[in-house]
Amino acid sequence: MGGRDTDIVLLDENGIRCDGRKVNETRKVTIKAGVLKNANGSAYIEFGDNKILVGVYGPRDVHPKHMSDTDTGILRCRYHMAPFSVGERKNPAPSRREVEISKVIKEALEPAVMLKEFPRTAVDVYMEVLQADGGTRCAALTGASVALADAGIPMRDLVAGCAAGKAADAVILDVNNEEDQAGQADLPIGYMPNLKKITLLQLDGVLTPEEYKQCIEIGIDGCNQVYEIQKKALQDKFFASGEKQ
Amino acid sequence: MSDGLIIDQLKKNQILDLLKEGKRVDGRQFDEPRKLTIDIGVIPKAEGSARARLGDTEVVAGVKVQPERPFPDTGDKGMLICTAEILPIAHPTAETGPPQPPVVELARVTDRGIRESGMLDMKQLVLEKDKSVIGVFCDNAVTDHDGNLFDACSYASTAAINACKIPKYEMQDEKPVKIEGEFTEPPITTLPVSVTMAKIGDFIVVDPTIEEWGIMDSRITITSNSDGNVVALQKGGSDGFTQEELIKCAELSVKVGSKIREIIKQSK
Repeated sequence: MGGRDTDIVLLDENGIRCDGRKVNETRKVTIKAGVLKNANGSAYIEFGDNKILVGVYGPRDVHPKHMSDTDTGILRCRYHMAPFSVGERKNPAPSRREVEISKVIKEALEPAVMLKEFPRTAVDVYMEVLQADGGTRCAALTGASVALADAGIPMRDLVAGCAAGKAADAVILDVNNEEDQAGQADLPIGYMPNLKKITLLQLDGVLTPEEYKQCIEIGIDGCNQVYEIQKKALQDKFFASGEKQ
Repeated sequence: MSDGLIIDQLKKNQILDLLKEGKRVDGRQFDEPRKLTIDIGVIPKAEGSARARLGDTEVVAGVKVQPERPFPDTGDKGMLICTAEILPIAHPTAETGPPQPPVVELARVTDRGIRESGMLDMKQLVLEKDKSVIGVFCDNAVTDHDGNLFDACSYASTAAINACKIPKYEMQDEKPVKIEGEFTEPPITTLPVSVTMAKIGDFIVVDPTIEEWGIMDSRITITSNSDGNVVALQKGGSDGFTQEELIKCAELSVKVGSKIREIIKQSK
């Protein structure tokens, strides 16, 4: 982890975290589907203080053409942070971190999207982080699944994202920015609840084998909670006028 | 393009059929890494260096040590940066030019494994707080690519840093000056070792070759430290893992990693 020394008490004597949560509690998550006019599908997600807009275009023609595949559609993902999304201005050019996150999110979504249905086409997923507060990759992944579903692209399952981790020697759910900076470990998880498959998994920080098991356990639990909110966002959009669900 | 796909599919079927019989294309056990050899000090001009050969995959890691201005928020710690690049001599598909996402991922996963393990006690690498610290730069050059570059870079980096010598500096007029011919041992706390596993069908194999790499469904790289704890992890590829598989992979990584750690220790 960043290992920065701060004065923040990550976990007080009552087991309450620096933002008032219990160890096994996620931040407040709200998702709205269908927020952009031009995109084929879109979503706006607030994951605690993270604010992320996702737009999906496609299936559409592939440019450049040599990227197209006669056997399957391709998924392209771009995770990008706005310069104003963090404390100190971020250079708008894509950093190596963003290149890597784009890649892991793409590989987390691929198992869910039925790309073989659209050979020679591309589905483009653009995730724009407007405000970042720790756990952006999970939040972006969560929003991206909703936007893909909103675009009407056939999917096997939604992918829900939530991190687990370790701070002040305790296993915690949904690591926030302070806990990411000063905590001991961060383990972001992307999970398909219906298929029971983990499609995104990273870790930085030290965990004993026992803590590792616990982190995956509560991380999956967090993903299941996020999944319910994803489903609700889609229901709210498509059945808002009181149609039968 | 479609020709390639048909060959990939045939190859995949062949590899899968073998796995069902409990065999791998090169005759290894599922949990058996390829032969690892490590040569230390192959680049005398570098403060530390190692050539790691994992089967036919070869990586040269060189460590350069030099004084640096610290980042504003970490003035009480030294600096550690690992990179990795695939040289165009390594494989016909390797290209020159700006790194593509897979190479960026390779470099970042290599860096994360070393950094997050706390391999070096960075607090011991400070010359003067907030003014000057020691920077340790470990650059990996992949010279021959036969799959599983993650582990080859991990072993080369760990071996090179473990064997490096830190030049002595003294502060004169607020500037660090090197004392020629004097060195100290690096402040090593643990030896991180990554183990990459490929999932092919329902099978999990350790240290995939380039053939297995080309057809695998997904992969996971787990780095463990000398205490047998998990310190870094990266999932990749277009499929997922179940919870049980992940726990099995972590156990496998610690088990296989402890043997590899011995090879790295003995290389010094």
